[in-house]
Amino acid sequence: MDIAPVPRPRPQPEEPLNQQFWELCQTGWLHIQRCTGCGGWRHLPRYQCAHCGSMQWEWAISTGKGSLFSWTIVHQPMHPGFASETPYAAVVIELEEGVRMVSMLRGLPLDALRLGLPLELGFERQEDGFLLPVCRPVDTP
Amino acid sequence: MGLSERAAIVGIGETEYVKGSSRTEIELMLDAANRAIADAGLKPSQIDGVIPPPIYTHAEELAANLGIPDLRFAATVNMGGASPTAAVGHAASAIAAGLARHVLIPLGWKGYTALRPKPGQPPGRPVGLNVLMATMRDFYLPYGVTAPVQMYAWLATRHQQLYATPPEATGHIALAARKHAQFNERALMRGRPLDMDEYLSARWIAEPFRLFDCCLETDGAAAVVVSRIDEARDLPHRPVVIQGAAEGHPYPADDIPSRPDLFRIGLSFAAPHAFAMAGIRPEDVDFLQVYDCFTYVVLLQLEAMGYFEPGGAYDWLKDGQIEMGGRYPLNTHGGLLSQAHVWGLNHVCEAVRQLRGDAGEVQVPGAELGLVTGWGDLGDGSILILRR
Repeated sequence: MDIAPVPRPRPQPEEPLNQQFWELCQTGWLHIQRCTGCGGWRHLPRYQCAHCGSMQWEWAISTGKGSLFSWTIVHQPMHPGFASETPYAAVVIELEEGVRMVSMLRGLPLDALRLGLPLELGFERQEDGFLLPVCRPVDTP
Repeated sequence: MGLSERAAIVGIGETEYVKGSSRTEIELMLDAANRAIADAGLKPSQIDGVIPPPIYTHAEELAANLGIPDLRFAATVNMGGASPTAAVGHAASAIAAGLARHVLIPLGWKGYTALRPKPGQPPGRPVGLNVLMATMRDFYLPYGVTAPVQMYAWLATRHQQLYATPPEATGHIALAARKHAQFNERALMRGRPLDMDEYLSARWIAEPFRLFDCCLETDGAAAVVVSRIDEARDLPHRPVVIQGAAEGHPYPADDIPSRPDLFRIGLSFAAPHAFAMAGIRPEDVDFLQVYDCFTYVVLLQLEAMGYFEPGGAYDWLKDGQIEMGGRYPLNTHGGLLSQAHVWGLNHVCEAVRQLRGDAGEVQVPGAELGLVTGWGDLGDGSILILRR
């Protein structure tokens, strides 16, 4: 019996800032919020800088370079859209700008994970055309 | 000082805990509420404050069903699983401020059935979107992170890597809960003992969590009544006095990865306030009822309260001091891991039984001072210090 695969969930942002984050991802460049008051980078997107109080900010392009901050290896999918991919690593990457993001690991065996492993965020085009930032080991073409 | 010794828990009530109930959330909560009010020796009309859970019902619905004609105080705590335990502190503060005399705190849900809908059965009440839902939906879900077991695994993985925690450390937490459940008629895991080999060989859910690191999914409800201290002394049971209560929120509370220190959890902020309010030290308590949605979450809370230094978990946990007969019996009802998952209000009920001397075979001899924690919504924390 053929069962149609369940589509993977995409972000469904209702907040304007979250909408902009994902729209900018579709350009193929990773944009992170940067405070124009103190220059601090931040993620998740926020309306006000918790450091200096400024409400002025811009979207700035990140290098995407960073390192592995933490992870989990998911064996039991809680969403059927990911059932075909288990086990997979859902990771937290710390970017060199100082912010941390959730992502998914590509291009490494799962037993190679260790804290501080150099990683790079790049874009992976999904079946529906959506561009999703994913983590790869540095120097992977 | 503050709200210390101004209020007491005077009534507790629990429904049966099952995997699959034909009753709705509100029916379960009303059942537990009626039991708690009766246990307190009160009539529903004497209740003048209600703190319902953040989802599934609201104070007005409960008041209309129970027959509470004068609802003077209605509030809701939005801390996920930490809500009901925090609500006991909120009730005490409302009572101390003269806003209410008898406050009802119910919690009920269909944590089993809601995830396993059956044709012909009425659907559970929907869960409203809160601020955390936006974080999860927009930034976690696209990466296959949809459940607390995966999000809390980020905390556990980093901690385990930094401090080389052996899996047996969390194993002892799972085994203690399961051992205690064998003595509890309400425990879903009664009759199903667990040993370390079985714990370690269980399948992975989301590393570093194996099957028995994860709590049960349960249909059921619990409720407690908190009363003004002078009124409490005239009621049938020995009052369980609220000696200290506090809540805390990690920063930022709505996103785990961006916290400067992942292990500065809500309880890290709350616990010092509660201990100071109660005028006690952590080592003064006779038992611990610690919110145990996942074993490693218990470890992080014990560390945050100062029971051991980072990295010291295994040595502290390994020799049975968290089991009945030990120095700090932990989750003597079986906890969320082995009794039932009712958002930790079952931990409060068990603490009350212990301090009344009604805990049966798991009674901690001479228990006078107990500690209860709550955890929820990505690491919010609540803590109660209760004295008989």
